[in-house]
Amino acid sequence: MSYDYPAAVLPAGTTAPSFALPATPDQTVALEELRGRPLILAFYPADWSPVCGDQMALYNQILPEFHKAGAQLVGISVDGVWCHAAFAADRKLHFPLLADFEPKGEVARRYGVYREQEGIADRALFVIDADGVIRWSYVSPLGINPGADGILDALDKLAPALQGVQS
Amino acid sequence: MSRLFIPVNAQDHAAGPDTAPVTLVEYGDYECPYCGEAYPVLKAVQQALGDRLRFVFRNFPISELHPDAVAAAEFAEAAAQAGKFWQAHDMLYERQSALKESDLFAYGEEIGLSPQVLQRAFGGAFDSKIEVDFSGGVRSGVNGTPTLFINGLRYDGPRDADSLIDALTQAARGAAVHA
Repeated sequence: MSYDYPAAVLPAGTTAPSFALPATPDQTVALEELRGRPLILAFYPADWSPVCGDQMALYNQILPEFHKAGAQLVGISVDGVWCHAAFAADRKLHFPLLADFEPKGEVARRYGVYREQEGIADRALFVIDADGVIRWSYVSPLGINPGADGILDALDKLAPALQGVQS
Repeated sequence: MSRLFIPVNAQDHAAGPDTAPVTLVEYGDYECPYCGEAYPVLKAVQQALGDRLRFVFRNFPISELHPDAVAAAEFAEAAAQAGKFWQAHDMLYERQSALKESDLFAYGEEIGLSPQVLQRAFGGAFDSKIEVDFSGGVRSGVNGTPTLFINGLRYDGPRDADSLIDALTQAARGAAVHA
């Protein structure tokens, strides 16, 4: 397989590279299926980070605010589906975690957010519009949970466009 | 850099003078063990800074992880209406391992909150305030609990007393220079 990986995080205005990744042992989620509504793509280094400040648990709690903005959320890490399943059950997550497991980190590479040396995804956020164009991206320092303010600001800026689609 | 979305205002629970050169805002969850760890540290920090510090507590219950966190926040808000917020806040952090409603009724009796008042609180009487705190926190870049803001800027540094005292002292000096 040949693919031109970007050297850095894909910026706003880029078409989001397509992907199809397992969400559970028997279910795959493809970017194309998520079209039609804004999408928050949250890459993160690994399941089981040992704090209440855990990014995925935080986003789970904030999920109603994302839904209010009409957006859907998926998390992506290089962990496998069984690991994701255990993590999601433990943290009672109500959104899918996708396994960028084989080939390892392929989707993270396509979005320019793979950390070769550690073999994990960056803590990177993308807000993708209903047509599949990246409208905002952000890479947080690995140890710092970026919170959700940037995501909500980006969704606010999409709002007029979204209303245009609905009317 | 994440900033406090809702400035400190009259609805907030604040300890220390309004005119203090530095304001520390904590977004916290009464059931969160890391907030529990931070509790004595923040007490020491308040002691060290004295009148130079105003400390504000806002609710950020992560109920998906902490099933008793919302009831505890409701308890504290009910206490606030009776002018006993900090008494309740301290009590909750000192007894973090027992925050079931039955525990909270017993604590209410200790600090003079009637079962009727607590019943109303657990029925949601103060939930809009808790929700305002929560969504304001989300908009401010709260990224877990506790999240701290020093003079409106999110503080991502270490949370031991010495580091915090240093950061707050510096912020206080900066505020004095700009004033």
